[in-house]
Amino acid sequence: MASLHVLANPARFRRFSQRVLPALSVATALALAVGLWLALVESPPDYQQGETVRIMFLHVPSAWLSMMGYALLAALGASLLVWRHPLAALMARAAAPVGAVFAAVCLLTGALWGRPMWGTYWVWDARLTSMLLLFFLYLGHIALSRAYDDSERGDRAAAILALVGVINLPVIKFSVDWWNTLHQPASVMKLGGPSIDPSILTPLLVMALALLLLFVVLVLLRTETEIDRRRLEAAEMAL
Amino acid sequence: MKPRRMTPKRKRLWLLVGSLCVLGAAVALVLSALSDNLVFFYSPTQVAEKHPGPDRRLRIGGLVEQGSVKKDGQEVRFVVTDLKETVPVVYRGLLPDLFREGQGVIAEGTLGADGVFTAREVLAKHDEKYMPPEVAKALKESGRWQEGSGKEK
Repeated sequence: MASLHVLANPARFRRFSQRVLPALSVATALALAVGLWLALVESPPDYQQGETVRIMFLHVPSAWLSMMGYALLAALGASLLVWRHPLAALMARAAAPVGAVFAAVCLLTGALWGRPMWGTYWVWDARLTSMLLLFFLYLGHIALSRAYDDSERGDRAAAILALVGVINLPVIKFSVDWWNTLHQPASVMKLGGPSIDPSILTPLLVMALALLLLFVVLVLLRTETEIDRRRLEAAEMAL
Repeated sequence: MKPRRMTPKRKRLWLLVGSLCVLGAAVALVLSALSDNLVFFYSPTQVAEKHPGPDRRLRIGGLVEQGSVKKDGQEVRFVVTDLKETVPVVYRGLLPDLFREGQGVIAEGTLGADGVFTAREVLAKHDEKYMPPEVAKALKESGRWQEGSGKEK
């Protein structure tokens, strides 16, 4: 933990971020290229979904990352409210829109997959509804953090929303086990190992890694921008 | 012994942990109280236990029984089973691509007094298994294939 506390200092974080970003960006581009090639060209069609299975290679990692992103918002919210870390609010502002986009991608790709496979774009089952709620929680976080003239008050209100909304994460994950849903149960993260053939699982995991790297790069970059913005605002106030 | 003073940080941390626990418990209570309304569909066993009235719109879900699908023009008749109870279904309209015998299915409609379920909409349920066609074929040939695997709790 000590090493993370060091990075709570915005100036130090900025130096660290600028050092790792070039290598991370290259790794992201490579992983995305390999992942997309595996997902769209190399992997076989599914025995009953046919080519439509390829939607999953974007849908499932987006779902994971939107949930991970919200968990990050909650952790940042706690570190802002409890330890008053100066960086936490800036990074939360940087991460929320990125997570919201992943949630939207998950919902949209899911609808496009659902139409040919289930016979409907949307149903109000527990999994789909809780995922939609996650998207709205992201929008609420973005709106709340910008709702006050005093940005610190906005950051605190958004932090509280992030912590309250974290309860939704286990509901999303276990909704398919707790209630009857149209959405299928977990295929990868479940007891007894994945029920996906390795030829389909490998591209999925590479895509997940690539999009995780993309998430990290975007959040680091946007956090740097937020740090610069705060400095500019402080400089303007001092004039 | 000197009583330990709570630092403000520690106090805020406990306040946070405490309120999250209370909130979590409240949500868990609400969800468990509402669990009957949160299920998307009823299994044939639940339908047999509940005897819903003939006017109530509901969804039933299960597997399409092997050899039960009969098509007559636009009208399709099939039997939904959870391997314990069965419900006969009649439906007029287009079926989704994944609809077939042994596959999971969800039908929305009303249960008639004669026990026949008149569906207004039929959705195919996808299972959690993904594999290329060759693997599916190999599994079927080696006899390790479980159609639908009858996953119903």
